Order: sequence, then structure tokens, then C-alpha cells
Amino acid sequence: MPPLSPDDWEIVRLSLKVSLVAMAATLPVAFGFAWLLARGRFPGKLLLDALVHLPLVLPPVVTGWLLLIAFGTNGPLGIWFARWLGLTFMFRWTGAALAAAVMALPLMVRAIRLSIEAVDRRLEGAARTLGAGPWRAFLTITLPLSLPGVLAGAVLGFARSIGEFGATITFVSNIPGETRTLPLAIYSALQIPGSEGVAARLAVVSVLLSLGALVVSEALARRAGAGRGGHVL
Amino acid sequence: MSFEIAVERRLGAGAHVAASISAGPGLTALLGPSGAGKTSLLNMVAGLLRPDRGRIAVAGEILFDDAAGVDIAPERRHAGYVFQDGRLFPHRRVRANLLYGARSVGTERRPIGFDEAVAFLGIGHLLDRWPRTLSGGEAQRVAIGRALLSAPRFLLMDEPLSSVDLARREEIMRVIERIRDEMTLPILYVSHDRAEVERLATRIVTLDS
Repeated sequence: MPPLSPDDWEIVRLSLKVSLVAMAATLPVAFGFAWLLARGRFPGKLLLDALVHLPLVLPPVVTGWLLLIAFGTNGPLGIWFARWLGLTFMFRWTGAALAAAVMALPLMVRAIRLSIEAVDRRLEGAARTLGAGPWRAFLTITLPLSLPGVLAGAVLGFARSIGEFGATITFVSNIPGETRTLPLAIYSALQIPGSEGVAARLAVVSVLLSLGALVVSEALARRAGAGRGGHVL
Repeated sequence: MSFEIAVERRLGAGAHVAASISAGPGLTALLGPSGAGKTSLLNMVAGLLRPDRGRIAVAGEILFDDAAGVDIAPERRHAGYVFQDGRLFPHRRVRANLLYGARSVGTERRPIGFDEAVAFLGIGHLLDRWPRTLSGGEAQRVAIGRALLSAPRFLLMDEPLSSVDLARREEIMRVIERIRDEMTLPILYVSHDRAEVERLATRIVTLDS
């Protein structure tokens, strides 16, 4: 296989940037949802659970269209983000990251939720009797014990982001250098006769990145759930 | 009075704990069949389980009183709780387990220093081990040390001998006797073994199911 061209590298770089930002931005949100679903007791928990999982089962084109309505230039959230954070999403790589984040959220919540549920709450009780307030008990007991699962969820979210296609192309289109990530670039190459070589090179990169992320995620999950199965997929 | 406890709590599925205990210094043993709510009672004194109603005072300090709206957080009750299963933190070595509660108290308030506790419990050779590599007796001695180093005002012990093999029970019993006699900490001790309790207890309170 011929080596990657400078254009190919540019696509890989953009994909990595989009996926890393999507993962980093989703991690605290996913942890919050996972915590609520693992520990919370409130009316409407089942509904929240379903809502969080919606991007997993919804046609991605619907997710992308809903993002367009909400985060578009005249969408309520789009206006809010532009005004208060100076952040716009339309036809920009930030939009691609947002679409990847939303699509990765359910997978990350599932993995993190499992790892929080695996923490023996009686250990937190023991920490409390030893003088630790709820916050110290969380930082010194719950968080370190669930950390491998949290990291596994993050890497899984990264892998999902690398592969994101439908919601991205619907939401922020397919713009070279801005929103044309690996899957979109492969799709574009396949539209042009004679570009199979580009598609093949990028496909190999996709496979390697996804495979690497899955192996890391699974290894972390096994550490987290030693003796408890530990699969997050 | 060291322990003044009068509480009630529903435990779901028809189970119910109600106890009224008034006990002086020394080791007060709670004896009763499993399911009588002995552990639930200790959890209520430690602040890990909220009674439906009642009052708990230890050594003159009110820890819980629903009528007066008092419910002290577990971290401020200064209970030294030795759990049935040791409940050591699996991601921390023995030394870090021992020091977990010691961090938040001044050295002057500790009834016993670190080196002294380690020597007293005979756990010096275990300090760098992980909890999962300890035997039941070793883990229980570390758990007792961890509770003592948190400068407790009283001890709660939930069947501390049940995870210890018979050959090792004698040494743990001697440790408990020394804590009772030398540190003069009030102890609430749960067991279902009458012989064990008759040896250790200053007084015995029987709990029915």
C-alpha cells in the first residue's frame, strides 16, 4: 500500500482532533448521567435512561437533523452558545465534534454506569465512619475504584467518534478541512471514479484506529470488572 | 451512660428493628439470632442507616434525635467501626488503609499512635501488602487498627471473629480485651456466639428477632 499523502494526513489529523475533543467534552457529561442512572432515585429515571440511549437506536440522520434544528444558527441552543460562549457549530469542525459527542454519549454512559455500579457502596460507608465527608469518600474511594471503567468508556467513546458519519454529514455537511473526517472522506472518495486507492488507504487507517481503541477499552474494562465479566460492549 | 439507644426502623418486607439499650462503660455485647437487626443497629449508631424514630447518645453526646431534629453525619460521629468482613479499601495498601482515618485527626486526640498500634496488633510485616493478599485474621487486625487510628470516641464491632479461623480467634480476642481494659473505649459488640460474648462482655443485651 502506498504511504499516506499530505491530504490523507490532514484528514487523519482532523479526525483525531474532532474525536479527542468530542471525547473530552462528553466525559464529564457522561459521568454525570452515569452517576444519576447508577445512584439516583428520582421520578422519570426510566425516561432519562431512554433519552440518553436514544442516539444509539435513532437513525443517525434524524439525530443530525435534530442537532441542526437545536444548534443551527437560529436554533435555540445555537443562539445560546453563540451569545454566551462565542461558540458556533454550523459547517465547522466543532459541529462535527458535537455530532460525534452526542453519538458517543450512550456508549460512554453505559460503560461508566457499569463501573460505578460495581463499586461496593459499603466501602464508602466505611470511609465515612473514618471521618471522610461525602466528597472525600467520592474522590478517594468511588472515583479510583471506578476509574478503569471510566477510562474504558472514554476510549470507547473515542472509537465511536472516529467512525461517526450520518449525524455529522446531516448536521455540518462534508467540507474538506472542516468537517470531512475519515468516514466522510472515504465516502467522498468512493463517489469519484478512480479514487479507490484513497478510500482504501483511509479505510486501513480507520480499521487500525478503531481496533486499537477497542483493544485498549476492553483491556481497561477487564481490569475494572476483574471477576465480574467486565464487558462493556 | 456510654450508650443510650432507643430506636425503631422498618427494614422492608415486614422486618423491623426496635431496640432500647442503656449501657455503661466497657464492652456491651448485643446477642441475638441472625436477622434480629444487630448489624442494622450498629449502622444506625454509626450514622450509615437512619432510624425511623428514636434517639441515640454515646458518652453523653447526642448523635441522633428525630424529635430534636439532630442527625450527626457519620464522618463527625467519631465511631470506630470494625465491620464483619473487615471492609478494607482494596486499592490501598495496608499502610494507607491504616492511615485513612488518621489523616483527619490531630495526633493528640489519638488513643494510640501509629507505631504503637502496629506493634500492638502485630501487623508490622503487613504494611506494604494489598488487602486481598491478607488472611481473614490479618485483615481483621488491620481493620481494628484502622478504626483505632481514626481517634474514635467509641468502637462498634460487628462479629469481628466470624471471618477469622478458629486457631486465630484467640489472638483477636486478646486484642479486644486489651482495648476494653487499657483504652477504656466504650464498645458495642455484636455476636451470635454466646461463649465468645461471655468471655468478652461487661454486659450482655439480648435482641429478639
